[in-house]
Amino acid sequence: MAAVTTKRKISPVEDIDINNGVNLFVDEPPDSEDDDDTTDSDSSEYSGLEDEPDTEDEGDDEEEDDEDDEDEEEDEEDDDAENDEDGEDEDESDVEDSAEEASSHSKPTSQEIVTAGPDVKEGKITQLPDEYEYDSSDEEDIRNTVGNIPMEWYRDYPHLGYDVEGKKLLKPEKGDELDEFLDKMENPDYWRTVSNKLTGQKVLLSKEDVKIIQNMQKFKNPVGSDMYEPWIDFFTNEKMIHPVSNRPETKASFIPSRWEMLKVSQMVHALKMGWMKPTPIRKPDEEDENNFYMLWKDDEEPEITRQYRQYIPAPKVRLPGHAESYNPPEEYLPSEKTVERLKKEIARGKTRTIPQKFSSLRLVPGFKNFIRERFERCLDLYLCPRQRKVRMNVNPDDLIPKLPKPRDLQPFPTTEYLVFKGHKGIIRTISPDPKGQWIASGCDDKTVKIWEVATGRCIKTFNVEAKVKGVAWNPNPSLSIIVVAVETSLIIINPQVGDKLICSKTDLLINSFEDVELPPGPTDKPKVTEWELYEDEEYELGFRLKIKHQREISQVTWHGKGDYFASTMPKGESKSVLIHQLMKRRSQNPFSKPKGLVQCVLFHPIRPFLFVATQRYVRIYNLMKQSLSKKLLSNCQWISSMAVHPGGDNVIIGSYDSKLAWFDLDLSTKPYHTLRHHTKALRSVTYHKRYPLFASASDDLSVIVCHGMVYSDLLQNPLIVPVKVLRGHKAAKGLGVLDCQFHPSQPWIFTAGADGTIRLYT
Amino acid sequence: MKRKRKYESGSATAFITRNQALRKLQLSLKDFRQLCILKGIYPQEPKKLKQATKGSGITRTFYFVKDINYLSHEPLIVKFRQTKRFMKRLTKAIHKKNDDAVARIKASRPKYKLDHIVKERYPSFIDAVRDLDDCLTMCFLFATLPTSFTVKTRSVQLCRRLTVEFQHFVITSQALRKVFISIKGIYYQAEIMGQTITWIVPHKVGYQQPSDIDFKIMRTFVDFYTTLLGFTNFRLYHSLNLHYPPQLQLAGAKDETETKCLKSEATEERLAAMTQTLKAMVTDNIEDADVDEFPVGNPDDPDFIEKAKLESEKLNQFQNLFKGKKFFLNREIPRESITFIIRSFGGEVSWDKSLAVGASYQESDESITHQIVDRPTVEKQFLSRYYIQPQWIFDCVNSQMLIPVEDYFPGVELPPHLSPFVKEKEGDYVPAERKQQMRRQQGIDSGVEEDDGLMEDEDDDDEDEEEAVEEEEDDDDEEEEDEEEDDSDENSDDEEEETPKKSKKDVKKPVKTPKPAKKPKDMAVTPGSVEKVNVNRKVQQQEKEEKRLAEMMIPKKKKRLYETIVKSQTRRDTKIQQLKDKRKVINRRNKLSKAGGE
Repeated sequence: MAAVTTKRKISPVEDIDINNGVNLFVDEPPDSEDDDDTTDSDSSEYSGLEDEPDTEDEGDDEEEDDEDDEDEEEDEEDDDAENDEDGEDEDESDVEDSAEEASSHSKPTSQEIVTAGPDVKEGKITQLPDEYEYDSSDEEDIRNTVGNIPMEWYRDYPHLGYDVEGKKLLKPEKGDELDEFLDKMENPDYWRTVSNKLTGQKVLLSKEDVKIIQNMQKFKNPVGSDMYEPWIDFFTNEKMIHPVSNRPETKASFIPSRWEMLKVSQMVHALKMGWMKPTPIRKPDEEDENNFYMLWKDDEEPEITRQYRQYIPAPKVRLPGHAESYNPPEEYLPSEKTVERLKKEIARGKTRTIPQKFSSLRLVPGFKNFIRERFERCLDLYLCPRQRKVRMNVNPDDLIPKLPKPRDLQPFPTTEYLVFKGHKGIIRTISPDPKGQWIASGCDDKTVKIWEVATGRCIKTFNVEAKVKGVAWNPNPSLSIIVVAVETSLIIINPQVGDKLICSKTDLLINSFEDVELPPGPTDKPKVTEWELYEDEEYELGFRLKIKHQREISQVTWHGKGDYFASTMPKGESKSVLIHQLMKRRSQNPFSKPKGLVQCVLFHPIRPFLFVATQRYVRIYNLMKQSLSKKLLSNCQWISSMAVHPGGDNVIIGSYDSKLAWFDLDLSTKPYHTLRHHTKALRSVTYHKRYPLFASASDDLSVIVCHGMVYSDLLQNPLIVPVKVLRGHKAAKGLGVLDCQFHPSQPWIFTAGADGTIRLYT
Repeated sequence: MKRKRKYESGSATAFITRNQALRKLQLSLKDFRQLCILKGIYPQEPKKLKQATKGSGITRTFYFVKDINYLSHEPLIVKFRQTKRFMKRLTKAIHKKNDDAVARIKASRPKYKLDHIVKERYPSFIDAVRDLDDCLTMCFLFATLPTSFTVKTRSVQLCRRLTVEFQHFVITSQALRKVFISIKGIYYQAEIMGQTITWIVPHKVGYQQPSDIDFKIMRTFVDFYTTLLGFTNFRLYHSLNLHYPPQLQLAGAKDETETKCLKSEATEERLAAMTQTLKAMVTDNIEDADVDEFPVGNPDDPDFIEKAKLESEKLNQFQNLFKGKKFFLNREIPRESITFIIRSFGGEVSWDKSLAVGASYQESDESITHQIVDRPTVEKQFLSRYYIQPQWIFDCVNSQMLIPVEDYFPGVELPPHLSPFVKEKEGDYVPAERKQQMRRQQGIDSGVEEDDGLMEDEDDDDEDEEEAVEEEEDDDDEEEEDEEEDDSDENSDDEEEETPKKSKKDVKKPVKTPKPAKKPKDMAVTPGSVEKVNVNRKVQQQEKEEKRLAEMMIPKKKKRLYETIVKSQTRRDTKIQQLKDKRKVINRRNKLSKAGGE
């Protein structure tokens, strides 16, 4: 019900056009004159605002009307009285104004009494019915119903708009310039007279209005300075006799709560049954503090409940070295490059720290990863399996087997002594003569050369029709014969070097036996080979016999006595191994069907055995009994070469998978020792005839000479000691050293390489 | 006879996978982990993996079946189950917004104690002492952590209390042996009951808690460690006849300084300051305790007894390294660690009263012998005391003697701080500073006191320079030595050869040269030069070759081992060589710069 009127005070100002050429601040006249005018202002303010006089509070009135007349004060006393006065007001005030517009308003306000005075005084302004009286900012202005439109639209019309009833609102008569001027001159209140655009009326601003406008322009509180109203302590802390509200209590409040009753009865029951107990009073000291006591009273007594398993204590964390110091010696500081590397490692979580130097302790920053490191330690403690590990403290020298020193095992070849140059291709094979004076070599350039060992000069060259795969000098010192394997044929050559007597004797021998051979020939089985004689020029050169085979020959070897020799044809299938007899000019095929791809064959130096190396096994055949006597398992992938000890009980095998296997035939069929000295395929292995030496040549350009002592005592195993690694050959076409042969009497070794040289090491 | 079946004995039955264990114990993985941490049970690696996996060969985490059976009797499991139930009740109450119930349930949180586990895991006290390393490091770390959701205030406070107590014990028993400032933190090594215990204390800086770390695991560890440390402290205190909740000897003497905190807090703070000695239960008979001790090892051998006596004397001297010295700490110094060190070697410490609780005397005290400063300049200097940088304390302890203070004056470039934990083996790289340190120690042993004389003299600039020069010379000598060592392989041989060569030439030249002069012919015979036979090198080469040949004969089984050993050796050697080279370069540079400076 309480209506607040203070707000409405401002409303008229809003509607008024202030920019009427009036300077509100400069031209303000002295206060003394204004006494009356101010009262006028009230009239303008409150005109027509209050529809219901009941609404007004006393307080409001007090605020507003500081300078009001006594009449007004009377008004304040009683509401009813006001109403009466209102009636009077109407009478007193303008008779004219109500004529047209008052009809819309049922009850004029009390303030209108005040306005009457000045209005009467200044007839000019109140000539027209004062519609302003009915103004109400809260509601739509009912005096003019055009609404919120620019008023210029009515500029050319005689009216301004329409009232509630739809009648035209005529513009108030406006004097000419002269009237205006006179008004300006005569009227002391001209400066605060403004016109209402909507109604065209002139409105006189009261002193308070002016004050409000001024305040607003100064951004002050428009109402004035009275911001501190008296505090009314409505809800006081003091006890009051009367209730704040007079509302009677509800009926429900007098009825006992059913839910409460249920709950209480439950609790009572719980108490009775002993379910509910009084909450124990907590003693903070007892619960929060850990009470420590003597846990280990007597250490000496062994614990009966000792854990069943052995407790492995966690390994302790590694202790820091100098590098982790905050001020390490300078050499421990990493260079820039390493710092970058370390940073990368840190990013990967591999390391945690970079050694750094700080000039003073106060500059040392916190270690960023401290917590993480602790966390990882925790993880290690409970997630890592623990094991006792015996740390092997092995001196690496102890691992090297104790062997006699090579120095004590001399003689053996140590230095390169001679290089035999002259061949223009890969030298595949060499063979020294039984006295050690000459050496024959077979090469891919289709030549066989005879060299003098002592000088390194090439004495003779035999040109053959194809690449030479094998050369073998007859081991019988009383003969001078070389067998050369050229493609599918064996050529027997008398080199005609050295003792002439021997040469001529050899020729004699060859020729004499030829005659004996011929008659029984045709009666035999079909020949496996054809023996041909060289004649004339070729005979003069030294070529003697040619044995034609069906397949390509890969290797040729003599029997120790110099009468028999064997040739190998890996692709010969049933005729892969042939044994020839020189004196009888006869060839025979010992095996009807060889087992596997034959790599090479060798005669036993003493007994009638034949060693046949296939791809992975070596088979030893007894030639007399014509039976297999032994099979050696080499453990190699592919055997390349083989050599038999002059004693006949030991065999070495070289393989393409860079292994050298020593077989002791008395021990077992498995290798007694496997040496992996070379890094590439072995091409050739050989024994020395007199000295306890053997050698292996490999594609890795090295020739390794080993001491291989075989004892006559059967209980003592052979002693194998590598004594020298010989180098010197160069690589050519992916091949290294292809053949190696010992000198028959001296501790020298000849090696033939793919680079077209033969080297002699002494 | 019963037929033996596959996977019915041996590894197949001795091991159990983690998931099987969980099922057997009816625990969640979280609880199982916690239990494993508390009980100290770790997984095992079966030797026969195939058997243990029953043929499948899939690697898993294995535990001993016996371990798991042992866990199943643990009373903690019941507590874990109760906790689970409790959490359920609590969350239910919270979600129902039943505040009364929440309060009531919270009050009944199941609590467990770990006392019995400590006793179980460490049946004798020495076992517990041996395992203190991780425990101490962890507690020291947690004592510095800020409290958060994961780190509870209570455990932080407890850790702080326990670590302070432990430090007090170390001070009182003078057990500290080695200290080291590393980038990571400060390492301490103490000898307690014959066990060396090493722990790290992080530098006192705020540490960011990494987000990807599971603090629950750490917390479980800390729970156990605090219990362990508490009981250990109790026992250790009793072994020294001290009151266990430690009490200060001068309790209540000065209370004016701390008025703004609670009384309990004030005493705790003063305890943590570590400047005062603890109150003993029995005061008198501690002093004469170790006089009558005789070494038990070999009583017949008089030398042994002598040696042992010397050792104990030395130790006693070392333990009272700072006795009679009065230190004053300036600001910006790791107060706690330095106080701890000085006090454990018998010194007295104080600091500015406004800095922290526990200051016993002020800067103006004339009896102060050393003032520790970590700034290049000191404003107000007293003549009666040395001003030194904090590293001096650490280096003194590590070299077990008072070393000259000149190198440690404020503003002076500090000598490198070396790790005391490095034990140089033969062939290892030894920094020059370490050599100097060892020489100093030996000097004291043999009675030669050059350095001491210098130290006790007044610190004149001239003498400083002299010393500096001496040191430089030392360095040079070493350098030369190094060089010689390095070059010996290469140069010395040549030199040796050259000398006989020359002499031979000298002998032969006069004989030979006139000959061609007398007989100038068409076929000139040039004087043959003697073949340079480098005997040493040849011998070396031969030896090398022999070794190479012998290496070839190593059987395949041992070859791998041999190769790894050789590899590691060469790696070590290259590292040492690198360090040596670097040092050489540095020495040369320093020399140059010094020469330039002069």
